[in-house]
Amino acid sequence: MTLTKDRAVADAAGADERTSTEKRPGHKAKKYNRKEAIAGYLFVAPWVIGFLIFTLGAMIYSLVISFSHYQLATNTARPAGFSNYEALVQDPKVMMSLGNTLYFAILAVPLQIIFALLLAMLLNNATKGSAFFRTVYYLPKMTPAVATAAVFFLLLNGNQGAINKGLAAIGIQGPQWLLDPDWVKPSIVIMTLWGVSGTMVIFLAALKNVPRDLYEVAELDGAGPVRRFFSITLPMISGPMFFNVLVLTIAALQTFDEAYLLFYRDTVQAAPDASLFYAVYLFQQAFRQFNFGFASAMAWLIFVIIMIISLIQVRVGNRFVYYESER
Amino acid sequence: MTVDTSAAAPTLSSAGREKPSMTRKPRRTAGGIVWQVLQWVPLVGFSLLFIYPFAWLLAASFKPRGQVFDNALIPRTFQPENYAQVWNELPLLNWLGNSLFIAILAATLVTVMSSIVAFGFAYFKFPGRGILFGIVLATMMLPGAVTLVPQFLIWNNLGLVGTNVPLWGMNLFGSAFYIFLQRQFFLGLPREIFEAARVDGVGYWGLFWRMAFPLSVPSFVIVFLFEFQASWNNLQAGLIYLNAGSEEGYTVPLGIASAMTKYSPTNGGHGDYQFVMVAALLVTLPMILLFAFGQRYFVEGVATAGRKG
Repeated sequence: MTLTKDRAVADAAGADERTSTEKRPGHKAKKYNRKEAIAGYLFVAPWVIGFLIFTLGAMIYSLVISFSHYQLATNTARPAGFSNYEALVQDPKVMMSLGNTLYFAILAVPLQIIFALLLAMLLNNATKGSAFFRTVYYLPKMTPAVATAAVFFLLLNGNQGAINKGLAAIGIQGPQWLLDPDWVKPSIVIMTLWGVSGTMVIFLAALKNVPRDLYEVAELDGAGPVRRFFSITLPMISGPMFFNVLVLTIAALQTFDEAYLLFYRDTVQAAPDASLFYAVYLFQQAFRQFNFGFASAMAWLIFVIIMIISLIQVRVGNRFVYYESER
Repeated sequence: MTVDTSAAAPTLSSAGREKPSMTRKPRRTAGGIVWQVLQWVPLVGFSLLFIYPFAWLLAASFKPRGQVFDNALIPRTFQPENYAQVWNELPLLNWLGNSLFIAILAATLVTVMSSIVAFGFAYFKFPGRGILFGIVLATMMLPGAVTLVPQFLIWNNLGLVGTNVPLWGMNLFGSAFYIFLQRQFFLGLPREIFEAARVDGVGYWGLFWRMAFPLSVPSFVIVFLFEFQASWNNLQAGLIYLNAGSEEGYTVPLGIASAMTKYSPTNGGHGDYQFVMVAALLVTLPMILLFAFGQRYFVEGVATAGRKG
């Protein structure tokens, strides 16, 4: 859900451009038709009400709760000053889960990008059957996380899992994927790579839009495949590339399902520290411990971190992204 | 009436269709055939990689308890009884019913409400429209964590925690991403047809309900399928709002997660993971069917989201 939402974020800039160019004749007069304006407000009212209650209201509420001790039993909140935020700094699990999550994002996002682009280029180059292969590649994206986790839980088993059996067949001793702290995050990366086809589809659409003649001219000029990739393909798809990086990063920083299902579903068995993701710890604090004040403070911390990372990416992106309108 | 004004349609056709000549290599020559076979080697290789977990799951769902982990793609002991027993083992029928009910309701509500709001933004001119739409776009960027706790408290105060209302209730207000998507579509409809209808005396609601609504069926399908999938796969909302209630009230993802724990030997289970595999297969199957029928809409929706100006 979040992924879908985030996906459109980077599109926002594009949408605005589009609207401004699509301005209709007769729009110049800034005089509003009263009846039309009222009807317009009525049409958008459902969203405005929902926004005021479940987004803006909820955010203000969340901020208030983060400065209080909330008692669910009595539904009361005592003011707590900054103590939730102080506890945040003092709780080693907060920093640990934050570190795990950032490490995961740094590992996962580049691999997802490279793999998705590789698949998209293979599909794009195929003369026949690309529609069939695209369907096959997209199937994991449709698979519910809970089914993916149920299968990978067993595929990744260090002793009898198929992955290690396969590695053993070519003479490699596979790691204890789900137990060894060093291999916990790569395990989840493998799961996310299996479902990378959403990103792939975006790349594929972008590759189809690169004008063929560019390649033909470059080939005549003697540019090899590597040179063509770096000088034509990469600049021409830099917009969608930037978008994918932004969206995948935001998604990686909010990873919950995979980590929860593989490691925290079972409350009896202790999970390795390396598998504690920020979203999982926040969930535990909020809905297992009912520390709503602490969890809200955690939420604001990750909110600020995601905003900062996104802003940096936007700034860096603006330097590298090639927009067609600049031609 | 066939007016192809979909903002998303061009992407669909370009992503869904193969261009006639991708490479300039002639196809009929021996070299062309070799070239094509060589291209297929990695494509087929990756296909096997993507298909393997499905094949593994299908096989495991037919195995007896002790053999679930043996990685054999053809079960040594074929035990189709798993598919009969699972209904007694787990309240799977309840879970499927709950998930189906929630997904249909959530998808229907969000489709209708988002398109009403989107039409408001696309057609009507009113003061503050630009700012409001800017806020719609901004909310898409909001990390869900910030509203998780207060939304729970709101539902808790309404006494609805433990029911499935929180899993679809917010869709009554539309959803930013879908509003954005639908608005793009409505902007592609020629304004003249609405102006003409106005002259003929059609009211504002009629413009939406009798004209825009029937014209934008393709984008409804996209929104409906996206939300159906999101709802069907949603684990976290189930964990938050339904986990404390009775098992019969679970959604499929929540139920499977609890079944994985229930059968785990560390919790006193006997490792009957074959039932988890059957359930995992049954939760995946509707999504694959959905994709089989709506593939072009999914691909179109994703590609639209990824397109930048």
